[in-house]
Amino acid sequence: MTEAELKLSPINDLHLKYGARMVPFSGYSMPLQYKLGVKQEHIHTRTKAGLFDVSHMGQICLKGDEVKDELENLVPSDIKSLSEGEMRYTLFLNKKGGILDDLIVTDAGNHLFVVVNAACRHKDIKFLRDNLRCDIEELEDRALLALQGPVSETVLEMLAPGVADLKFMSSGEFSICGAECFITRSGYTGEDGFEISMPSMMAEEIAETILRDEDTELIGLGARDSLRLEAGLCLYGQDINEMTTPVEANLGWTIGKRRRQEGGFPGFENIIRQLKDGVSTRRYGVRPDGRAPARAGTEIFDLEENKVGDISSGGFGPTVGAPIAMAYIDTSSIETGSKVSVLVRDNLLPATITNLPFISPNYKRT
Amino acid sequence: MATTYYSEEHEWITIEGNTGTVGITDFAQEQLGDIVFAEVTKANEEVTKDEEVAVVESVKAASDIFSPVSGIISEVNVLLEDAPETINSDPLENGWIFKITITNPNELDDLMDLESYNKFVESIK
Repeated sequence: MTEAELKLSPINDLHLKYGARMVPFSGYSMPLQYKLGVKQEHIHTRTKAGLFDVSHMGQICLKGDEVKDELENLVPSDIKSLSEGEMRYTLFLNKKGGILDDLIVTDAGNHLFVVVNAACRHKDIKFLRDNLRCDIEELEDRALLALQGPVSETVLEMLAPGVADLKFMSSGEFSICGAECFITRSGYTGEDGFEISMPSMMAEEIAETILRDEDTELIGLGARDSLRLEAGLCLYGQDINEMTTPVEANLGWTIGKRRRQEGGFPGFENIIRQLKDGVSTRRYGVRPDGRAPARAGTEIFDLEENKVGDISSGGFGPTVGAPIAMAYIDTSSIETGSKVSVLVRDNLLPATITNLPFISPNYKRT
Repeated sequence: MATTYYSEEHEWITIEGNTGTVGITDFAQEQLGDIVFAEVTKANEEVTKDEEVAVVESVKAASDIFSPVSGIISEVNVLLEDAPETINSDPLENGWIFKITITNPNELDDLMDLESYNKFVESIK
């Protein structure tokens, strides 16, 4: 895809004004980093507030009398129990229980508000149209900004009074700069924070207004990746895909209690069998003992040099101060705490299998 | 007097006698971003011009460092083991990566002086 064919974010001019290094990402030209650089942007988000443009993500409105029942046919989570304002992380599954995409579903009162991955949006829309009878509208005139970090509540409460009362994974309608915004208390960094859906034509003004607070900096995709990796959050296409099930991905918690008994979602039999009998491979954390990062695709061996897994995402965690990774590991011989080796540039380097996440999340649960 | 040459791979090499000290340019460190790991993979080995001899990793990605000349890698900068970010903060002095005993000084003729390198950087920006 040439640069001319890349779609532009509604706040593309603002990215350029703030010195972003733009890169192609899922068909969009998006900011990899700004002048602070990835490491400082990461640390700023963990200590103050970071503003992310995630307008490339798909925002979808599902509307219909039976919409919750219908959506439950495609995902393993309990959607029917969502009350107005509540939201849930869930997964589109194929017939074998493989993950087609991960998404967030919010009960917005008269409709369900769904956010899907940029790279999957066209596939997801088709999947929804093929399987649901309800109204499906892609909200192409909406921008999506995320404000993440411990100071986000203070910053956003000034502009949208009342957001401080939202709890983690809940939502509401607010007005910022006179524009109608749908705000959720959620994110992809392991920090407290918000995602703000707004009319595209108001996005630049709202972003500039948020940036006027001196505790707020623009944060690019580079830091977004290191933040979510430290938080143990999956990146679709890398840590989860059509070949991985929720159980293998260690996302069994997305499968609702009622759904485990009633079924009625794709791959139910396979997933229930995996929940009962266990899986042969599962997503774990990996900490290389030294300083060399082990990137995606790195092979993992046990101490007898038998291959036991592959790294799906790996890099350096600025807050952890060390290399970190996520990997799919053979559960028959390896568990949390196991010593393994990672093959980096033809050298077997010592590493340890860990639980996830690598940092304690800072969500506002109460 | 020491002379410094530059490669199209954005390495610099400063020559004193038959020893060259090699690092990456300010343009290179800025492009790579925050460096979190550096390792000379061919320490004490005989290497040929343009061979991969070291790796530097930023938060984003790993990048190979090529030897601008043939020779024997004689020393590595141990400071970078614990402080790889020195390559960002001081790429042309304390952020040097390795020293090499040059076996074919004629290869230096293929490299650029500072003025040519600066023009080269402008041409690819």
